Amino acid sequence: MEQLELFLQTLIAGFMLGGLYALIGLGMALIMGVMRVINLAHGDFMMIAMYIAYWLFTLFDIDPYLSVFVAAPALFLFGLLIQKYLLTPVMKVESILPHNLVILTVGLAMVFSNLATVFFTGDYRSTPVSYASNAWYLTDYWPESPIELSLSMPWTLSFVLAVVITIGLWIFLTKTDTGKSIRATSQDVDAALLMGVNVNRVRMVTFGVGMILVAAAGCLFIPIYYLYPALGRQFTNVGFVITVIGGMGSTNGAVIGGLILGIFESMTATYIGMGWAPAGRFVIFVAALVFLPGGIASLIRKRRLGK
Amino acid sequence: MSLIEVKNVSKQFGGLAALTDVSFVLNKDEILGLIGPNGAGKTTMFNVINGFYHPTKGDVFLNGKRVTNLRPHVLCKLGVARTFQVVRPLQRMSTLDNVVASAFIRTKSKAEAEKVSLELLQFTGLYEDINVLSKGLPLGKRKRLEIARALATKPEIILLDEAFAGLNPTEINEQIEIVKKIRTERGITILIIEHHMKVIMAVSDRIVVLNYGEKIAEGTPSEIGHNPVVIEAYLGEEHGA
Amino acid sequence: MIFAGLCCVPFMDLSSYSMHILILVLMWSVIGMAWNILGGYTGQVSFGHAAFFGFGAYTAGLLYYHLEISAWWGIPACVVILTALSLVIGYICLRLRGAYFALATLALGEICRVAAENLVDFAQGNMGIMIRERTWVEKTWYFYIILFIAAGTFILIKTVMESKLGYYFVAIREDQDAAESLGIDTTLYKTISLCLSGVLTGIAGAFFMNYMGYIDPGVVFPLYDISITTVMVVMVGGAATYWGPVVGAVIMVFLAEEIRSLPYIGAAHMTIFGVILILIILFVPNGIVGDFRKLIKPFKSKKGASS
Repeated sequence: MEQLELFLQTLIAGFMLGGLYALIGLGMALIMGVMRVINLAHGDFMMIAMYIAYWLFTLFDIDPYLSVFVAAPALFLFGLLIQKYLLTPVMKVESILPHNLVILTVGLAMVFSNLATVFFTGDYRSTPVSYASNAWYLTDYWPESPIELSLSMPWTLSFVLAVVITIGLWIFLTKTDTGKSIRATSQDVDAALLMGVNVNRVRMVTFGVGMILVAAAGCLFIPIYYLYPALGRQFTNVGFVITVIGGMGSTNGAVIGGLILGIFESMTATYIGMGWAPAGRFVIFVAALVFLPGGIASLIRKRRLGK
Repeated sequence: MSLIEVKNVSKQFGGLAALTDVSFVLNKDEILGLIGPNGAGKTTMFNVINGFYHPTKGDVFLNGKRVTNLRPHVLCKLGVARTFQVVRPLQRMSTLDNVVASAFIRTKSKAEAEKVSLELLQFTGLYEDINVLSKGLPLGKRKRLEIARALATKPEIILLDEAFAGLNPTEINEQIEIVKKIRTERGITILIIEHHMKVIMAVSDRIVVLNYGEKIAEGTPSEIGHNPVVIEAYLGEEHGA
Repeated sequence: MIFAGLCCVPFMDLSSYSMHILILVLMWSVIGMAWNILGGYTGQVSFGHAAFFGFGAYTAGLLYYHLEISAWWGIPACVVILTALSLVIGYICLRLRGAYFALATLALGEICRVAAENLVDFAQGNMGIMIRERTWVEKTWYFYIILFIAAGTFILIKTVMESKLGYYFVAIREDQDAAESLGIDTTLYKTISLCLSGVLTGIAGAFFMNYMGYIDPGVVFPLYDISITTVMVVMVGGAATYWGPVVGAVIMVFLAEEIRSLPYIGAAHMTIFGVILILIILFVPNGIVGDFRKLIKPFKSKKGASS
C-alpha cells in the first residue's frame, strides 16, 4: 500500500510540475515557431519576473499570484524593446554563422543572470506566503481511504492557474484573429505575408505573449520554489528539453512535453535520487533528439494522416 | 540495356500521393524530356532517382543494378549528377571554387581539379567570372554554374531540373547549345525537366508526361504534341513562352 | 615570422605572471582554432566543446592517477580517446542541423560534467585530480610546448583547408544538400571535421592538466567558462579565418584578466562578456578579422576628410 501511495503522490506532484513546466515550454515554442529562434535567455526572463514578484512581496507584501499583473506587463514591454532593438536587426545581418540569433540570446542570458548575481547576490530567496504549508488531505474527504494523499495548497493553486492560462492561450490562438495570424506565420511565413498578415507585428506580439507566459510562470513558481540567479538557466534547460520532446514550435507538443518532463523528473527524484535530476533532464533530451527527432508533434501528425 | 530504369515507383508523403506507379526507361545517349503541369511530381521523380527521397514502392535501376535506397552522394559517384530547380550555389565560395569542390569527387589533387574546372567554365561561358563570389552572379550565370558543377563530377547521366526557367531568349538559345553539346561532345545522357515547350520540343528525343503523379503519355515530341490527353492536362495552362 | 618572435619571448625575462598569460593565450588559440574547424569552416556550431577539453584533461589526469605514469602521456593518448569520444558524440549529434546540433552538444557537455561530478570512485568526483610532482617549476618549457602545439595546429588547419577536405567542409557549410548531390559524403566529412576539432581540443585539455597540476569537473567541464568562452574567442576574432581564433584568444584572455582584477566590476565579468558578445553579433558578426574592412572604414574616411 505504501508503495502505491508513494507512486501516486509522485505522479500527482509530477503532473502538477508538468503543468507548470508546460507554460515555460509554450512560451518557448511560440517564439520558436514564429521567430525561428531558440531563445536561450527564456529562463532568465522568467528569473527576472520571479525577482519582481519577490521584491513586491518582500517590500510591499503583495501576494505573488497578484504580482502577475505587474510582472507580465513589465516583461511584455521589456521583451518588446529587446525584440525591436536587438533581435530584429540581427535577423537581417548576414554573416558566416547563421546561428547569430541563438548566440545573441546566450549573450543576453549571460548579462541577465550575472547582473542578478551582482545585485541580488546568490542567496536563496523565497516568498513564504501565509498559506504556504496548507494542504488538502485525501483522508479529510474520504476517511476510509487506504492511502493518504495530499495536495499542497500553493502547488495546487499554481497548477490550476497554469491550466487556466493555458486554456486562455488556446482560446487566443484559435479564436482570435491575432492568434490565427500567429499560427499562420508559424507555419509558413511567405504564405502568411501573401495573405496580408503583418509579419513584423506578429513577431512582436508573439514575443510579447511569450514574455507574458514566462512572467506568469515565474509568479506561479515563486511561492513553491527557492529563487536564485542561476535558476534562470535551469528553466531555460527545461524549456528547450520540452520543445524537443514536444516538437519544435508545436504548442500541443509543448503541453504534452511539459507533462512528460514533470512526471519524469518527479519519478527520478523519488526513485533514483535528487542529484541525478539535472543529468536526467539532459539524458531525456538527447534520447528525444535521437529517437524521436520530430517530437510528440510528429507522432500526432502521423496519426492524423493515417499510417 | 537501359541506362536508368524507373520501375513502378510510387512516393507518398503522409496522405498525399506525389507519384503513383510511374515507369519509364532512359537509354544511353538520348535526351529524355519530363514534362507535366505544376505539381505533377517531376521534381519528386528527380529526388527519387537522385537518392534524396526513398520511394514508397518501386525501384530505380542504374545499368541493371538496383540503386533505390542509396544516398545521393553514392549515386553521384556512380555517375548520376543533377542540377536544382532553385539554384543552390555554394554562396560564399567563388565560381571556380564551386566547380573545384565538385571536381574533387574524381581526383585527390587540387591541380587536377582546377584543370577540369577551368575547362568546364570555358565550356559554359563563365570563364571571366572565375573569381567572382557565386552569390554575386546573375541568375543566368548561376544556372550555368549549376551545370558546370554537375559536369565536374564526370557523370554518365545528368538530371537537369528546369535549367531554363527565368532566362531571357538569348540566354535560352545559348543554353540549348550547351545542352546539345553535353550530349554530342561529352557523351552524357540527359534527363530534363522543363516548362518551356519550345525548349523541350527542340531538344528531346523522347518525352514522358506526368500529371498528378501518374504517367499519362510517352513518345516522340511530335506524338506528344498531338496527344489529346496531354493537351487536356495542360488546358488552362499556357504553353511555355 | 611571428613564430620566430614568439620563440624569443622566454629570453625576454618576463615575469612569471606574463608568461602565464601568454601560455593561456596560446592554449585558447588552439581551442579556438579547433572549434573553428567544426564551427567556422564546416558550419556546425558546437556549444559543448568543454566535453572534449575536459575529456582530454581527465585522460591525462587519470593516466597519472590510476596508472602512475607521467601525465604527459595524456597528449598522445588523447588522439585515440578523443577520436572515440568524437565518434560517439558525432553519431548522436551530427544527424541534427543548425541550432539543434548546438543544443545537443550543449546537453552532452553538461552530461559529461555531471557524470564527472558523480563518478567519485573512478574520477575523484568533485575532489579533482592533483599532480604532485610538477615537471618543471619555471614556465619556459611549458611555453615552448604550447607554442609548438599552437603552431602545429595553425599549419595543420591551413593545409587541410586548402586541400580537398577544406573544400568539402565549406561546401557542407554552405549547402549541405547540394554538397551531398555533388558526391560529398556529408556524414563522413562532418565526422572527420568533428574528430579533428575534438582531438585538438582534447590535446589542449591534456596540456592544461599538465600545466595547472589540478583539475576538477567545475574547472574543465563548465558550460560558460569553457564552452561559451570558446565560442566567444572565435566570434570575437572571426570565424572561418586563420588568424581569427588567435586574435580572439589574445583579446579574451587579456580582457578576462583585466576585468577580474578591477575592484568592483570584477564580479560582473560575465555581464561584460555578455555585452561584448551582443555587440559583436550586432555590429561585427564576422569578428575582428572577418569584418576588418568594416572596422577600419571610419579611420580611413577621417584621413580622407582631413587631407
